[in-house]
Amino acid sequence: MIHLQDVSVVYPAGTHALEGVSLDVNAGEFVFLVGPSGSGKTTMMKLMTGEVRPTSGTVQVNGFDMARVKRRNLPKLRRTLGVIFQDFRLIDNKNVFENVAFAMRVVGAKTKDIKERVPHVLELVGLKGREKRLPQELSGGEQQRVAIARALVNAPDMIIADEPTGNLDPVKSLDLMMLLERINEMGTTVVVVTHEKELVNAFSKRVVSIEEGRIISDGSDGYYAYE
Amino acid sequence: MNKFGYLLKEGFKSIFTHGFMSFASVTIIMACLLIMGSFGLLAINIDNMIGDLESENQILAIVDETYTEEEARALESQVAAVPNVTSVEFITRQEAMDDFAEQYPEKVFEGIEASTFRDRFAVHLDDLSLTAETSQALREIEGIAEVSDSLEIANGFVTVRNVVSGVSMVLVLILVIVSIFIMANTIKLTTYGRREEIAIMRMVGATNAFIRFPFLVEGLILGLIGAVLAFFIEWGVYDVVFDRIMAGLVGNIVEILPFTTLMLPVLIIYLGIGVFVGAFGGLIAIRNYLKV
Ligand SMILES: Nc1ncnc2c1ncn2[C@@H]1O[C@H](COP(=O)(O)OP(=O)(O)O)[C@@H](O)[C@H]1O
Ligand SMILES: [Mg+2]
Repeated sequence: MIHLQDVSVVYPAGTHALEGVSLDVNAGEFVFLVGPSGSGKTTMMKLMTGEVRPTSGTVQVNGFDMARVKRRNLPKLRRTLGVIFQDFRLIDNKNVFENVAFAMRVVGAKTKDIKERVPHVLELVGLKGREKRLPQELSGGEQQRVAIARALVNAPDMIIADEPTGNLDPVKSLDLMMLLERINEMGTTVVVVTHEKELVNAFSKRVVSIEEGRIISDGSDGYYAYE
Repeated sequence: MNKFGYLLKEGFKSIFTHGFMSFASVTIIMACLLIMGSFGLLAINIDNMIGDLESENQILAIVDETYTEEEARALESQVAAVPNVTSVEFITRQEAMDDFAEQYPEKVFEGIEASTFRDRFAVHLDDLSLTAETSQALREIEGIAEVSDSLEIANGFVTVRNVVSGVSMVLVLILVIVSIFIMANTIKLTTYGRREEIAIMRMVGATNAFIRFPFLVEGLILGLIGAVLAFFIEWGVYDVVFDRIMAGLVGNIVEILPFTTLMLPVLIIYLGIGVFVGAFGGLIAIRNYLKV
C-alpha cells in the first residue's frame, strides 16, 4: 500500500517538512499518524496524493512511484484513494446525493451505477434519508459523513483522512472514528492524521508519531508517544 | 443524463452565471473580428481593383520620330517578346491624335499636325508590380524613344494594398491576442467560482481533459456567438458601404465585390477565429488549476 524509504521534503521556501522518513503501511491496516501542528503530517498526506513530490527518497503508493509518476497518471492513482479533509470540502450548492454522485460522475461512471451505488454508500455512513439536504442544512458530523461517503463511493483501496475530526465535538469525533474503523473492517486501508490524544487512545491501533519532520515512534498498541 | 450532456450543461450554465463578463467577451471578440474583417475585406477589394486596373491599363512605348510607319510596325514582334508583356497594339500618329482630340476637344489643339504625335505601341502587362523592369526592357529596344508608364494609379493601389494587408495582419495578431486574454479572464471567473469543485474533481481522480471540458465549452460557445454576430454586422455594414461606393463609381472600371461572393470565406474565418480564441481562452483559464 504505502512504502516510504528515507523520504525528505524541502519546500521551495526552504522548510524541511520531512527528513529521512521511512514507513510501511500494509493492505488492511488502520494507522493513526499523530504529531503537533507543523510536524509534517499534512505533507505526508500530500506525498500520497501526489500534491507534493519527495525531494529525495522513495515513495510508493498503491503501486505508483510518486517521485516519478507522470502528471497525467495522477488521476489513476487518485482513483485508488479516498481523501478526507478537516474542512469537509463539499460543494455548497449540490445536495448530499449530488455531492457523493459527483465523485462518480467525474470519473465517468454510468448514471445507472450512480443511482445504485450512492444510496448504498449513504446508508453505510448513516445518512439515509438525508439525500436531498444541502450541506449547510447538516451538522458538522453529518457533513463529514458526506465527505466519507464521497471518498468511499469509488471503492478506493485506501482512505486517507487529514484531521477529519478537527471541526467536530468529542462525541461526533468518536462516532466518526468508529465509522472509519468499520470501513477498515470491511477491507479498506485507513490512514488517519490527528493530534487528538484522547481520541487516539480510545482505539487500540497502530500509532505513528512524527515530530519536526521525523518519525519518533511507531507502536501497534494504541501507544501515543507525543505529549 | 450522460457524461457528455452533463459537461455541456455545466459549460452553458456558467455563461449565464457570469452574464456581464460573458457579454463583455462576446462583444470584444465581435469587435476584434469586425475590425480585422473590415481591413481584410478592404484589402481584398483593393486587390480586386488592382486586378481591374491591370486588365485595363497599358503602358505606351513611343517609337522614334524618324522611323516611318513601316519601320515602326516592324518593331512589334520585339516589343511583344519583352517579358511580362501580354499583348501589343500598334497605334499610328494619326490615330493617336484623333484619340487625343476626342478626349480634349478644346480649341487648344486646333492646328496641331498629326506629325507632332509619334507612332506608338499600347503594351499590356501581366504583373503591374514589374512595371519598372518592363519599361526598362522596352526602352532598350532600338527604335523605342520613350516609354510612358501611366500606371502610377495602379502602383499607388499596390502600395495601399500592401499597407492594408500589413496592417490587417498585425491587427489580426494583436486582436486575437487581446481577445484570448479577455476570454481567458472571463472564464477565469468561472474557474474561480468553481475552484473547490475543481479541487474535488482532481482529488477524486478526474482526468485533466474532463476538468477542462466545461471551460472549453464555455469558451467555444462565447467564441461562436461572437463570430456569428460579427458576421451579420459585417454583412450589414458592408452592404451599406458597398451601395454608397458603387453609386459613386458608376461607369468606372473599378468595382467593389458584393458581400455575397465573399460571405462564405468570411463566415468560415470568423467561426475559425471564434473557435480558436474561445478554446484557447478556456484552456488558459483552467491551466493554473491543473498543475498538481
Ligand atoms: N506549501 C508549503 N510551502 C512552504 N512550507 C510549507 C508548505 N506547507 C507546509 N509547509 C511547512 O512545512 C512544515 C510542515 O507542515 P505540515 O505538513 O502542514 O504540518 P502539519 O500538517 O503536521 O501541521 C511546516 O513548517 C509548514 O509551515
Ligand atoms: Mg496539517
